Amino acid sequence: MAIITVDGQTFDVQEGHNLLQACLTHKLDLPYFCWHPAMGSVGACRQCAVIQYQDEDDERGRLVMACMTLAVDGTRISIEAGQAKEFRASVIEWLMENHPHDCPVCEEGGECHLQDMTVMTGHTTRRYRGQKRTFRNQYLGPFIGHEMNRCITCFRCVRYYHDYAGGDDLQAFGSRTRMFFGRESDGVLENEFAGNLVEVCPTGVFTDKPFSQTYTRKWDLQSAPSICPGCAVGCNTLPGARYGLLKRVHNRYHSDVNGYFLCDRGRFGSHFVNADARIRRAGVRAEDGVFEEIAIEDASVRLSEVLGQGDVIGIGSPRASLEANFALKSLVGEDNFVAGVADNENRLNELMVSIYRESGAHIPTLTDVEAADAVLVLGEDVLNTAPRVALALRQSVRNLSLEMATNAGIPEWQDAGVRGHAQDALNPLFIASIAPTRIDDIAADTLHGTPDVLAEAGFAIAHQIDSAFVAVELFNDVNNFVDAAVKALSEAKRPLIVSGTGCGSAALMQAAANIAWALKGRGGEAALLLTGQEANSTGVTLLGADLDLGSALRKLSTGDVKNVIVLENDLYRRAPAASVDAALDKADNVIVLDVLETPTIERATMVLPAAAYAESTGTFVNYEGRAQRFYQVFEADGATRPAWRYLTDAAKLAGRNDLRWDHVDEVVRACAGTDNLKGIQDVAPTADYRGRANLRIPRETHRASGRTAMHAHLNVHEPKTTVDEETPFSYSMEGLNGDQPGSLIPYVWSPGWNSNQSIFKFQQEVAGSLQGGEVGVRLLDVSANGTGLQNRFRDPPETDSGSTTADGMRLLPLYSIFGSDELSGFSPPIIERSSGPQLVLNPGEAHQLGLTVGGGVKSPGLGSFEVCVSSEMPRGYAGIVLGMRGSINVLPQDAVELMPDPSLKPKRPLDVIARGH
Amino acid sequence: MDKPLTERIDACGGLVDMAAFEAAEGYATARRAVTEMTPQEIQEIVKEANLRGRGGAGFPTGVKWGFVPKDEHAGAGHKYLVCNADEMEPGTFKDRYLMEYDPHMLIEGMIIGAFAIQADKAYVFLRGEYHESYRLLNNAIAEAKAKGYLGEGIFGSSFDLELAVHRSAGRYICGEETALLNALEGKRAQPRTKPPFPPASGAWGRPTIVNNVETLCNVPAILQNGAEWFQDLGLGEDAGTKIYGVSGRVNNPGLWELPMGTTIREIIEQHAGGMQDGYELRGILPGGASTEFLIEEHFDLPMEYGTIQAAGSRMGTGTMILMDDSICPVDMSRNLQHFFAQESCGFCTPCREGLPWLEQLLLDIEEGRGQPGDLELLETNASLIGAPGNTFCLHATGAIEPLASALKYFREDFEAHIRDGRCPQAGH
Repeated sequence: MAIITVDGQTFDVQEGHNLLQACLTHKLDLPYFCWHPAMGSVGACRQCAVIQYQDEDDERGRLVMACMTLAVDGTRISIEAGQAKEFRASVIEWLMENHPHDCPVCEEGGECHLQDMTVMTGHTTRRYRGQKRTFRNQYLGPFIGHEMNRCITCFRCVRYYHDYAGGDDLQAFGSRTRMFFGRESDGVLENEFAGNLVEVCPTGVFTDKPFSQTYTRKWDLQSAPSICPGCAVGCNTLPGARYGLLKRVHNRYHSDVNGYFLCDRGRFGSHFVNADARIRRAGVRAEDGVFEEIAIEDASVRLSEVLGQGDVIGIGSPRASLEANFALKSLVGEDNFVAGVADNENRLNELMVSIYRESGAHIPTLTDVEAADAVLVLGEDVLNTAPRVALALRQSVRNLSLEMATNAGIPEWQDAGVRGHAQDALNPLFIASIAPTRIDDIAADTLHGTPDVLAEAGFAIAHQIDSAFVAVELFNDVNNFVDAAVKALSEAKRPLIVSGTGCGSAALMQAAANIAWALKGRGGEAALLLTGQEANSTGVTLLGADLDLGSALRKLSTGDVKNVIVLENDLYRRAPAASVDAALDKADNVIVLDVLETPTIERATMVLPAAAYAESTGTFVNYEGRAQRFYQVFEADGATRPAWRYLTDAAKLAGRNDLRWDHVDEVVRACAGTDNLKGIQDVAPTADYRGRANLRIPRETHRASGRTAMHAHLNVHEPKTTVDEETPFSYSMEGLNGDQPGSLIPYVWSPGWNSNQSIFKFQQEVAGSLQGGEVGVRLLDVSANGTGLQNRFRDPPETDSGSTTADGMRLLPLYSIFGSDELSGFSPPIIERSSGPQLVLNPGEAHQLGLTVGGGVKSPGLGSFEVCVSSEMPRGYAGIVLGMRGSINVLPQDAVELMPDPSLKPKRPLDVIARGH
Repeated sequence: MDKPLTERIDACGGLVDMAAFEAAEGYATARRAVTEMTPQEIQEIVKEANLRGRGGAGFPTGVKWGFVPKDEHAGAGHKYLVCNADEMEPGTFKDRYLMEYDPHMLIEGMIIGAFAIQADKAYVFLRGEYHESYRLLNNAIAEAKAKGYLGEGIFGSSFDLELAVHRSAGRYICGEETALLNALEGKRAQPRTKPPFPPASGAWGRPTIVNNVETLCNVPAILQNGAEWFQDLGLGEDAGTKIYGVSGRVNNPGLWELPMGTTIREIIEQHAGGMQDGYELRGILPGGASTEFLIEEHFDLPMEYGTIQAAGSRMGTGTMILMDDSICPVDMSRNLQHFFAQESCGFCTPCREGLPWLEQLLLDIEEGRGQPGDLELLETNASLIGAPGNTFCLHATGAIEPLASALKYFREDFEAHIRDGRCPQAGH
């Protein structure tokens, strides 16, 4: 600790922090622009000027930039000194020379850091008499709008996009007062984390394009804490809604998970909530096959009647809440509940949980990932399956740079100094994957091959670290990769192994576990990150299901069971179409509770409209076993309700006494009776939580004009707000957003700080934990004494011959951040950004098969794909991007036949479309 | 020998080629330094000679060399010597003269400098427009290489030195040593934060010394003749000679190697031949565009670092720009601000946004649109922009120096513009 004096007041500050960090940690209002808590200081904007005094006798002091000055013990500064205030006001005056006065029509207005800083510094009167400079804006794709005239040249965008996120198609161009931040020419921003520019930009240069198209001021947004449904990482989000529509998603700070940043799937994928394909009403299929709308109450009655007709199979879902899955499991009974995941994936999910449980290895948070000093990614294409992990890996490789800088006396926050000194010095990252990944640029070495080849390499690495682990025979071209990885991991202080279920290979995950255990066995630390594929993959696995999907479908197709309830699931993404068809053909009642019109809906006898995640409250469990609560943001139009409520209502009607739950808290309490899930009661306070003065937490800001304005054109009477029985939040501006637990922050705002920069007012220290405590409860942390040696996997994978068989090609799973995920696949900006279904194969084989790049290829029963080639694809194999709408999600085990499909018109790349503008 | 820098040039009457250079004992000192001396010895002599940086800042060269870490483990990486030949200071053309007439002298200086800091890579960062220097330097480097003075094991020693010329893409800011290093690395030419200072972490994060052309050219003679000789060359407190230059309406504009500490008046009246008929000298910028005006009362001062600084200006590059009575001080100030605003790298706010505003105010005043309060506005902004530390580097500080001093010495001109709504010298 160091003690500093600010305007006569003393503060304890962290040694090594700069003065800006120190001041903000103590919640002092010191304006800034270019500094960012996750990106450090560069000293460009000169906004955070303070007066620093040399000693007690120094009365004059000198102007320093707080962000560039180390807070050493005994530092005496003034924020309020006239000279400092004058300079800070001048900085704004200089910035305002060229900044347009378009606040009333600017999307940033009302949450603009520049507005806040302008007000804070007191600059009001314009003295500059010249014209403002103007720029031509660029088309940057479906996510981001560009309005360069507003730019104040703080350099945050390039520092984020290029330095932090690794993108190379956004740069600083030009010089003097003509600095331009954009692309070399119009086109889609390539980086998968581009959306964060919206929050990184302190004003309205980079804006959320879908949000702009149906714009609402921040102060009019109704919001609540939420969890991204896009993958297994569980990023904390703040969706905002108005007029019954989800308008946008902002980052919700979590010091251990997503920090300040989301991926573009998470930010722009949530518009599925407003999609035309949303199911808004209940319906039953009439004789003629057409759905007839029925009242929700009637639907519950019908559902209860089905419950009386003997066994019902309940198919849960890894994209539904724990509460909904638990209610279904309780309703149909353990024997009839299916996790709703493809059988192989289900086995892998169970393997993942058992490895975690038996593992002495640490399950890393994303903060832990960022701290790793050597990483092996084994199989999982995290950029496309758990994207935020990839952004964390990009930070992990910089630890060597930070260490070099520290040794040279350069503080870690002195960003340009660190980068200038250490240049591109990176920690070792080894990536073993089926195909090249978009983070290969930071890898020390890469290995491409089938999952079996990768698993063998993994087993070999574990064996070389500790010969007690099973040995495998290796091909020569793998040896170099293995040797280098062994060396790097063995020498590391904080080694990390990353794998997951994406490759569909148990051997890969076993190999990953063996490596972590072997490292741990050497007495060191080792972290093991295994990821599932969906928001609640871990949750449904922990809930447990005795029945697998294949058996369930067989029970239906053989007529053993006549009724099935499908919870928020499209079975065609989980099992081969033929077996789904066979099962549903035979079933008397196919009751589907879902959010969107999926192919499974087409086969339903009754459909119930389920509330989307932003319209309901529930729990997801992320890859690290962290249970996190998401809250209802807004009341949806139509008859939608949380899925668990249909089930409990029907149970009550059927006279069942065991599902008498009226509130989500009661479902949570009952669900916590499950062995694995005890901790979920502690995830967040119950609905009766009240803050100071016994107040609820408001979903709306105190400036919200909604209640009196929204319907004023229809009726001047102020509508009554709904009383929320389910959560501690109010559907209004009444209440107090200030000192509640970290899991209950509905929006960030503080007097004078209208932008997301106000988050520091909610943190214990800048970029530290939330004052109200961190969000979520980790369910899988075990104090394992063993090293894992006793649990090690002893059987190496069987070697695949890998040669082209006479009857065709074997298929390998690939993923795309834009399209592989089911829900975001319904979001218009994601649809615009994604390619169509693609198949990747070796260029030589493509040629042999008469396929042309960009042309079509088809395979009987699988559909059509755009042909892509990669020289890294092993011969005899083709990779298919799974999960794309209209495509497949479950790969056939056998080789398939591929043939040209001249009728396929692949989606044209976006920037080509854009050039027509 | 009292003109170590230009004696050979004068003797040759033009380009000093390899033969002429070697005939005049060229490279003998470098050979002796590399084969017979230790880096430490060289540093000591240069320190003792009190050679100060001729690029403008006047930092003691030997002291700077001493900042390069010595005890690095083997294989730690390269060290670099970079010659700052980006000479973009308006009114300054002394380095060009040295490179175009005696390129081997610079190379010899760089060999000794590189050996003194144990740099195995050296660059000449050359102003983009210096085509002739580029050609001549490359020729000279090729000649030196052919003779084994550059490359591997130079002069038969175990010391390697690669020397390359890098041509600037052309920005004034590249003359700032850290912006220069960024540009050399292929990055945006914007300055770096100090610390770390280049001797600790410079080009590509490695120890780097950046020295001006004239500074390095002085090194061989210092080693050849000794520190005491060099000190004795100066008339006052500073050692050696200096290439002084004069541009403006004098009878004989140009540059001359003179003892350090020659007075301003002697330079202007004796060497530059005095003012042309009909023109009266009103003030000078003593060391380039980014130095404060000096006026009549200062003209008997010796041109040396400490004295000029005490007079409120900087010796800078020692090549002065003269303002005669036909030149409107407001217009000259505007012209200078135009240059500095245009050459701002755009990194920090006060410089990027503040300088164009000053330029615009000056244009308004010059063209008769000045308003009451404009001078105060100019002064307030000038003090906020110009104070060292308020901006990221010293570019804006340099920009404000001529303006603030013009407001001090020629205030009546500014006031008359605003009062009369026109430039008194308009149409002159």
